[in-house]
Amino acid sequence: MASDYDDDITFTEYTLGQEQLEKIEEILIEDLINSGVHSVLLIDMAGNIIAKADNGACEHDVYSLAALASANFAAVDTMAKIVGEDEFSLLFHKGETESIHFSKVQSEFLLISIFGKKVSLGLLRLKVAEAIEKIKDVWKQ
Amino acid sequence: MAFVNLKNKEVQAKVVFYGPGRGGKTTNLEYIYSKFRERIKSDMVSIKTHGDRTLFFDFLPFEIGKIMGYDVRIQLYTVPGQVKYNATRRLVLKGVDGMVFVADSMVKQREKNLLSLKNLQENLAIYKKSIFKIPLVLQYNKRDLAKEGVELMSMEQMEKDLNSQLKVPSFGASAVTGENVIPSLKKIISLTMASLQNVLK
Repeated sequence: MASDYDDDITFTEYTLGQEQLEKIEEILIEDLINSGVHSVLLIDMAGNIIAKADNGACEHDVYSLAALASANFAAVDTMAKIVGEDEFSLLFHKGETESIHFSKVQSEFLLISIFGKKVSLGLLRLKVAEAIEKIKDVWKQ
Repeated sequence: MAFVNLKNKEVQAKVVFYGPGRGGKTTNLEYIYSKFRERIKSDMVSIKTHGDRTLFFDFLPFEIGKIMGYDVRIQLYTVPGQVKYNATRRLVLKGVDGMVFVADSMVKQREKNLLSLKNLQENLAIYKKSIFKIPLVLQYNKRDLAKEGVELMSMEQMEKDLNSQLKVPSFGASAVTGENVIPSLKKIISLTMASLQNVLK
């Protein structure tokens, strides 16, 4: 039953033009990097990096981070379902000097923010929420 | 589900090594990593159990240079082969662009190869992908064990078992000695890139 399958097997289900990507990176820099976040990644659930920005002082292995983050998010999503939740809306790992915050953008994307002690979690959540709204607007264009 | 970044002229494609438990998927990635260490900027990521079996996946990002003006980054993944980790295998398959099926040449593993290939077909179908359409290479691993007197299936037998319908490129290989590991990798990269060519034009 060929109709059960997608013929176009290799291309993403979303497309983003150069202009849209530039706008998204501007949002990441203005809303998050300029607020003190060290590094920010927008990834899809397959682990591809769609857009990234950092403060120039980060040398993280972002490709491995994206692969692990998408797997981590999928694992946590399954955990949520086991306890009867649709999803866990806040995902946050706190470290001694660096912390990571994950936030879903629509159903297929994940915004990952890496930040230090100078940024409070409250401020970060506010900024992330604002950035996500703006990114969604870019998508609609 | 490769991601093509038109702004940075970069392509990210996902190649997954699939196959039965203890078949040599992780060893394939370890060999590739050792062979190209100076070209691979980051470390290989492995999430293992205490017993050193793959729990989630192994991951190796691999830059292969420019194709049609795009920087191409191939993300190599393995899956956990043990039957019980099917949910994890499905997660790793999300957005896959190309596959290497690593079959175990040992006679006693024949049934496991067949079950794993069937399982791959079912798991791809969940993402609406057909095993007959996705870029795929078969690797008949552990050919080196013949020298140690281990009973192996003939290449003809393995072709008949696994490749009579698929008719995809296949390699007899040894992930431990490295025999045909790089040719298998090159083949899957070229098949994957060929399937992406329409997008890159």
